Amino acid sequence: MTKSVAKAMSADHAAAWWMLAPALAFTLTLAVYPVIASFVLSLYRIILSMPALGEPFVGLENYGALLRDPTARQAFLVTAGFVALSTALELLLGLCIALVIHAQFPGRGWVRAAALIPWVIPTAVASQMWRYIFNDQYGLANLLLFGDRVAEYIPWFASPGIAFLIMVLADVWKTSSFAALLILAGLQLIPDELYEAARIDGANLWQRFWHITFPLLRPALLLALLFRTMDSFRVFDLAFVMTQGGPGDATQVLQLYGYKAMFTEGRMGYGSAVSVSVFLAIFFLSLLYIRAIGSRLLERNA
Amino acid sequence: MAQRLLLAAGIVFTVAGSLAPFLWFALTSLKTQAEVEQVPPSWLPSGGWHFYRIALFDHDLLAYVGNSIIVAGSTTLLALAIGIPAAYVLARVRLPGKSWILGGLLTVSMFPQMAIAGPVWRLLAEVHGLNTHWGLVLPYVTFSLPIVIWILASFFRELPAELEEAARVDGCTTWQTLTKIMLPLAAPGIFTAAILTFIYAWNEFFFALLILTQPGKQTLPLGIALFQGEFTIPWGELAAASVLATLPLVLMVLLFQRWIISGLSAGAVKG
Repeated sequence: MTKSVAKAMSADHAAAWWMLAPALAFTLTLAVYPVIASFVLSLYRIILSMPALGEPFVGLENYGALLRDPTARQAFLVTAGFVALSTALELLLGLCIALVIHAQFPGRGWVRAAALIPWVIPTAVASQMWRYIFNDQYGLANLLLFGDRVAEYIPWFASPGIAFLIMVLADVWKTSSFAALLILAGLQLIPDELYEAARIDGANLWQRFWHITFPLLRPALLLALLFRTMDSFRVFDLAFVMTQGGPGDATQVLQLYGYKAMFTEGRMGYGSAVSVSVFLAIFFLSLLYIRAIGSRLLERNA
Repeated sequence: MAQRLLLAAGIVFTVAGSLAPFLWFALTSLKTQAEVEQVPPSWLPSGGWHFYRIALFDHDLLAYVGNSIIVAGSTTLLALAIGIPAAYVLARVRLPGKSWILGGLLTVSMFPQMAIAGPVWRLLAEVHGLNTHWGLVLPYVTFSLPIVIWILASFFRELPAELEEAARVDGCTTWQTLTKIMLPLAAPGIFTAAILTFIYAWNEFFFALLILTQPGKQTLPLGIALFQGEFTIPWGELAAASVLATLPLVLMVLLFQRWIISGLSAGAVKG
C-alpha cells in the first residue's frame, strides 16, 4: 500500500471503526461476555430447580467439588483419550488422503468431492448412521463379520471399550478429510522442482517422501494437529446422539458432562465450573497454536 | 509402476471409505418395513419411496427442512453483511490493535460451546429469544464471523492496491471503495464464505438443542437426533430423513468442491 492511500485511510479511521463495530458487538456480547459470565457464575451455588436457596457466593467450592468428583475425573479421562486417539488417527489418515488427492490423475475433482462428503454430513446424521451400522441386529458390522450366523452377532454398544472406539471411528471417518485439506494446502506449497531433482539423483518414492515431503510438510502437519486437538476436545454431538454417554460413563465426554450438570440437573454454578475448565484447557491449547503458527500470520497483518 | 498401484489403491480406499457407510444408510431408506426388520439384514432394497413418504408427511420433516432453511439462510446473509465490512477494514486499513482483533477472532472460533452456553441461555431468556429462530441465528452469526472474516480478509489482501488508490484519488470514502470497487472483485471469496457459513448453520447441533425445545421450531439435526418411533427407533424413516437432510450438502460439495477446499485452507495456511 502506498503512503498516499494509507494517509487518506487513516483520516477515515472513524468510518473504519464503524464498519468493524457490528462484528465486534456480536463477538463481545455473545462470545466474550458469556465466557466471563460463566466464570462469575462458577463462583456461585445456583440450583435452578430450587430458587428458594438463593444464589450464594461460594468462591472456589464448585471447583473443589469438580476435582473430587470421580464422574468428572472419568469424563476428563474419556475426553483426553478421545482427543489423543482420534487426532493421531485423523492426522495419519489425513496425510494419506492428502497425498492421494494431491497427485495428478483424471477425475481428481470427483475424488476430492467424495473425500469431502463425510465432512459435510451433519454430525447428528453421522452419529445415527454409525449407531445403525453397529446395531446388534440390523447392523452392517455384524452382517459383514458373521453373515447369517445370527447367534454370533455382537451387541457392540453394550461394551464400554467398544462403544468408545466406535465414537473414535465415527469422528475419524467424519473429520480426516478436514485434516487432509489442511495438509493438502501444505503439499501445494512444495515446489515440484525438488521432486524432479531428487528423481534425477535416483531417489525412490519412499526416499522422496521422507527427505522432501515430510520435512517441508511439518508446519502444515503441526497446524492440523493443533486444529484437530482443540476441535476434538469439544466433542459433544457424537456422544449425545450415539450413546448419551453410556454404557456407564464410557463415552461421557466433558462437554456432555457439563451439559447434563447444567441443563438436566439444573446445577448452573457447578456446570459453569465444568465449562470454565474446558474453556481453559482449550484456551491454553489455542495459545500454543497462535505461538506456533499464528504469530507468523499476525505479523503479516500488522 | 509401484507408484501407480499405490495411487490406485489410495483412490479406491479414499472413495470407498468416504462413501460406503453412508450408501448403506441410503440403501436402508429404500427398503420395505419387512426388509428393515429382517435379521440378518438384507443387502439390497426393493421398497421404493415408502419411508420418504412417511418421514415427510407423518414425521413432519418438511417443517424441519423449512426451519433449517430459514435459520441457515438468515445466518448466512447476516454473517456476510457484518463480516464483509469488518474483513475489508482488517485487511486494508491501518488500525491500532488490528492483529489483536484477528487473533481474538481465531480464538473465539475455538471456544467450546459449553463455555458460553449458560450465559447465552440466560441472555436469550431475558430477551425472549428462546424457542425463536432469531434467538438461534444470533449465536450462529457470532460463531460464523471468525471464518467469514478470515476468508475474506485473506481475499481482500490479495487484491491489487492500485484500484483502491485510484478510487481514493477520485475522492471515494472507505465505504464507497469497498462497495463500488472491492466488492465485485471479492465475489469468489464472498461466495466461498457463504457456502461454509450455510453448511455450519445447517449442521449445527449444540445451540439448536439448547435454544429450540419446541418441535415445531426445531432444525433438521435436532429432528434427526431426537427421531423416535413409538417403541423402537424407526430406522427406515430415520435413514430417509437423513438422506433428505444431507442431499443439499452433497450437491453443494459436488458443485463447489473447489471453493470449499480453498476456503477451508485460506484462513489456516496462507494467512
